[in-house]
Amino acid sequence: MISETVVDLSRLQFAATAFYHFLFVPLTLGLSFLLAIMETVYVMTGKEIYRDMTKFWGKLFGINFALGVTTGITMEFQFGTNWAYYSHYVGDIFGAPLAIEGLMAFFLESTFIGLFFFGWEKLSKREHLVITYLTAIGSNLSAVWILIANGWMQNPVGSEFSYVTMRMEMTSFWELLFNPAAQAKFVHTVSAGYVTGSLFVLGISSWYLLKGRHVEFAKRSFRIAAAFGFASACSVIVLGDESGYAVTEHQQTKLAAMEGMWKTEEAPAPFTLFALPDDARRENHAEVKIPYALGLIATRSTDKVVPGIDQLEARAAERIRQGMEAVQLLELLRAGKADEAQRARFEQVKDDLGYGLLLKKYSEDVSLATPEMIAQAARDSIPPVAPMFWTFRLMVALGFSFFLLFALSFWYSAKNTFQEQRWLLRWALWFIPMPWIASEMGWFVAEFGRQPWTIYGVLPTQLSTSTLTAGSLYGSLAGFLFFYTGLLVVEMYLMFKYARLGPASLGTGRYEGETDLKPAQ
Amino acid sequence: MLDYETLKIIWWLLVGVLLLGFAVMDGHDMGVGTLLPFVGRTDVERRVVINTVGPHWDGNQVWFITGGGAIFAAWPLVYATAFSGFYWAMLAVLWALFFRPVGFDYRSKVNSPVWRSAWDWGLFVGGAVPALIFGVAFGNLLQGVPFHFLDNLMPVYTGSFWGLLNPFALLAGVVSLSMLTFHGANYLMIRTEGEIQERARKAALIFGSVMLLAFALAGVWVSLGIKGYVITSAVDPAALPNPLDKTVSIQAGAWLANFKAHPLLWLVPGVAFGGGLLALFMAARRYPVLAFIGSGLAELGIIGTAGVAMFPFVMPSSSDPRSSLTVWDSVSSHLTLGVMFWAALIFTPIVIAYTSWAYRKMAGKVTTAFIEANDRSAY
Repeated sequence: MISETVVDLSRLQFAATAFYHFLFVPLTLGLSFLLAIMETVYVMTGKEIYRDMTKFWGKLFGINFALGVTTGITMEFQFGTNWAYYSHYVGDIFGAPLAIEGLMAFFLESTFIGLFFFGWEKLSKREHLVITYLTAIGSNLSAVWILIANGWMQNPVGSEFSYVTMRMEMTSFWELLFNPAAQAKFVHTVSAGYVTGSLFVLGISSWYLLKGRHVEFAKRSFRIAAAFGFASACSVIVLGDESGYAVTEHQQTKLAAMEGMWKTEEAPAPFTLFALPDDARRENHAEVKIPYALGLIATRSTDKVVPGIDQLEARAAERIRQGMEAVQLLELLRAGKADEAQRARFEQVKDDLGYGLLLKKYSEDVSLATPEMIAQAARDSIPPVAPMFWTFRLMVALGFSFFLLFALSFWYSAKNTFQEQRWLLRWALWFIPMPWIASEMGWFVAEFGRQPWTIYGVLPTQLSTSTLTAGSLYGSLAGFLFFYTGLLVVEMYLMFKYARLGPASLGTGRYEGETDLKPAQ
Repeated sequence: MLDYETLKIIWWLLVGVLLLGFAVMDGHDMGVGTLLPFVGRTDVERRVVINTVGPHWDGNQVWFITGGGAIFAAWPLVYATAFSGFYWAMLAVLWALFFRPVGFDYRSKVNSPVWRSAWDWGLFVGGAVPALIFGVAFGNLLQGVPFHFLDNLMPVYTGSFWGLLNPFALLAGVVSLSMLTFHGANYLMIRTEGEIQERARKAALIFGSVMLLAFALAGVWVSLGIKGYVITSAVDPAALPNPLDKTVSIQAGAWLANFKAHPLLWLVPGVAFGGGLLALFMAARRYPVLAFIGSGLAELGIIGTAGVAMFPFVMPSSSDPRSSLTVWDSVSSHLTLGVMFWAALIFTPIVIAYTSWAYRKMAGKVTTAFIEANDRSAY
């Protein structure tokens, strides 16, 4: 049996490296399209300043992209190194989108990013524009496949368990591809990336305007970012709602936890605007509720009930009891001792196999599980409420504040008076880190809210790791901490250095403050 | 849809194709990285070396990423067992690879000799360490790896990290390191001129010779001193994969059995020697393009030889031979192999087409004059 420590350390390592990776992904997703827009304007108008914009924001894009690539490899390795049983148990389905991502998207993005940086002289204007678009499309296609893989972890469609191979197997590639959970996640995630890219350009341009530097350059960048950002902020909210609706249908435990719904309420359920959830006493303090709101948002109806934690735990307990039978039948089948009737019975109850496996945390021999253990496992099936409740609300609040910021930026850029609104410029500047916080909160809600499963309803996290020692995990965590801290320091140093230099870093002779960057001999 | 047995064999070939794609494409970047501190003496010279692969290293690295993804999708048990078993070796590869994207992109963005020299050595580590470890891994696969499965097919590795660094595995590491460095040197000869080209040529002659000698020595070692694995129960290649459903014995000379049964297969190591010698000869005579093709052929021959010798084994277990992973019983389901086959069939030619276009567009020598003229935009 794998120790709790190894499971916890594996989770910590995965969470830390995934959060870290996602510091670089949203900017790549968003900035790549902004570069394509800027270059389109250049090709259409022939104005040099738009080429300089593409090159300068492209430089910052490159600094970010390098770490995105670096930390992305970690993610691919880690399923195998730290989640070996997961890799075996679901590789038949989960591996496919990852491999296709490489073939279809990552090759495209990575081959053309090199030509984006170095092809300005060797390609025609149109060729270069096309490869800029292909880079952007490639990075967004990557997101499609990764979110198809992730969507399947949340809502495992198109697959079933095989006792011969002792794993989940794909039954329909199309169901995997058109998983509603994946579709909603994809559009929500890339929109969040577009908001991140836009706010990055908006904020840095605002800083130039506040300082009175590179004014023409900054104004044009600001306008493009305001327009693209406004559209993205609208879509991130609408599609976030869509993503939430998908959660209602497929992951009621996640919804109940993020809404702090200890008890099932009559439809349409109220939305809890504020509360202090208490996981120990299983109740909320200081609640502020909006009548009917949750029922309307989550079910898009006035009569469908949103089940609370009380109901969900009762249902889980039922499935766990059926799952115990599935686990025992599976053991007979694996030992070759099952008769035809038992085999048939297993096919009937195998959908609850994962629930039976939840008991492995408490009893290696599942048939010996006590009613207390079953009750405890049912309680485990709901993720901790307080962190879910708060991260979700923080994300949503930030989402609406982006909408407001971009709406105002767009309004003043349409009136062409934004450069005088110093409060707006300062707001944009200081808000630069916020989309990252919102994105990370979003991932926290999605992934922490999937607990106690790695594959929702199928494979408990507890059983998904490799057979490593705690010592190895402490060692690798220390290594990641060392490398990732060092890399982040270097990245931030370069990002600040080049953002401060602005377009002067291009060395065109057209911008103020050009410093000498001659190579060292 | 193709039948299951055929798909299992196709996927063995496709993993080979991806490994070869990695060796030919990412391999030459890694070779260039390994040679960087030695063939470039001044900052400008080093920038010349780096910019020969500047526009392409990232695309090339995807051969590696996709290879990993394909093994995950097609051979999930191999992916799970190898990555978790070789935990520290995998982390060493990963951490060494960290230096490449940042090394390339960040090196010339700060005008400080210390900064630049540090990243140059980072790029050296990012090229040499993975190249060495991949060979060491192959050397261990050929000898068998201590692991077994629990009843629920959870892989358990019982060896240690230091156990991987045995003499034969280190020899295999020398083969792969010299192979990729040789290939990188030939590439550098194509894209540079003058002194750098001359230094690359010397490196090609040295590493090409080391590669051929080490490969020959490893061949002798395998035929005399390394025991191979044989499936001793009946094999049903179309069966649902279950690695515990067979018996395996360890026998001297078993890794030569495929060659003895099908003498035409001797052509595979033949290609390794033929390609290597061709490359050495062409490097000596200053025909770098032919030398590059020759070292690519040598990579085909060397990777192919290891694969053919072990077929149908992919990852034999030395401590519990029946747990050994083979082409027949470590694979994904029929449907997944089919879907992935079509994905590979459609996208691999497209990737090769646009990669070739990218190389054609960026062709030509990288010179010191080019670096000086493009001080701000070049790596």
